[in-house]
Amino acid sequence: MENLIPADEFCANHNIEISFIYSLQETGLIEITTIEETGYIHTSQLQELERIVRLYYELDINLEGIDTINHLLQRINDMQDEITALRNRLRLYETNE
Amino acid sequence: MYIDYYKILGVDQNTTQEEIKKAYRKLARKHHPDLNPNDKNAKSKFQQINEANEVLSDPEKRKKYDQYGKDWQHAEQFETEHKPEYSETQFEGDFSDFFRSMFGEAARAGRSRQAKYRGEDYSAELHLNLIDAYETHKQTLTINGKNIRITIPAGIENGQIIKIAGHGGSGINGGPYGDLYITFLIANHPKFKRLGNDLYTKVDLDLYTAVLGGDITIDTLNGKVKLKVTPETQNGSKIKLKGKGFPVYKNEGQFGDLYVTYSVIIPRNLTEKEKELFTELSKL
Repeated sequence: MENLIPADEFCANHNIEISFIYSLQETGLIEITTIEETGYIHTSQLQELERIVRLYYELDINLEGIDTINHLLQRINDMQDEITALRNRLRLYETNE
Repeated sequence: MYIDYYKILGVDQNTTQEEIKKAYRKLARKHHPDLNPNDKNAKSKFQQINEANEVLSDPEKRKKYDQYGKDWQHAEQFETEHKPEYSETQFEGDFSDFFRSMFGEAARAGRSRQAKYRGEDYSAELHLNLIDAYETHKQTLTINGKNIRITIPAGIENGQIIKIAGHGGSGINGGPYGDLYITFLIANHPKFKRLGNDLYTKVDLDLYTAVLGGDITIDTLNGKVKLKVTPETQNGSKIKLKGKGFPVYKNEGQFGDLYVTYSVIIPRNLTEKEKELFTELSKL
């Protein structure tokens, strides 16, 4: 329980509707843990959830758009990791002069 | 310094509120930090866009800006003519000195959803050399005027990013602190190259040791090591010294390997006697 935040508390703090959180769960963007009929959000999802809230409310991006953005950002991250690994490999062949 | 908010949003002074909103939305989607996680300029660009929108989307502020924008040091005059309708509140983001001078600390009332957000994440770069990265050590960093003492585990990689939770910016409206992300940049070593946990080095071998074999002493990152060179060692041949490489990140006591490439050095400035002997050898 110590790593779980009640969904309604999150919504109150962020001034958003609880239905929004459940729509995120339905689209698979976040997971909600239900204990005794109360929905909880795991703290590990907090950062991601806040990002989604910003994209939705500040930029008017719908949930399908956010899902697409997530996929593309993941691809960018993977590619950036690959670039770092390749750069490190390239250093093997670089001279120090 | 005067800031041209119309220019930032790419609109002209006669633009309607609707067009301003449209221009803001378009630019905000392009430069929002959440959509540009590795772009260092995105945050400041987004702040400029936000600030421009803050002013131009509010008829009262826009009026003041249009009237006194270029002459902003004398904007107080406006206050006496037009009573501001907004009340005191905290700023949600960073604003320029220009904005603060024109609109003061009370400029954002009624617009914020008053949500609690965690603070912004900070990014920093830390330069190390290969020797620093070889051993677990503590280092003090100064981030935004605050000293943070961190432990850098041995084996950290060039380009690796570690997160220091809670050391980012302060939360908004009582939200939690953001995180600090440190990217490690490890400089090349003059003698050793690194690939993952393995190290690579070149060792010069004189011709006679290469041909006849013998003992040599080489440097590793944790001291000198004696090596037995087998007779007839070829130029460019490679040997592996197990466990003499780089420490494995967060796996204490585990090390990669050290690969040694021999570079056989052909003797120069031969004496007459040496030339004679080489000639003799060539005729055998």
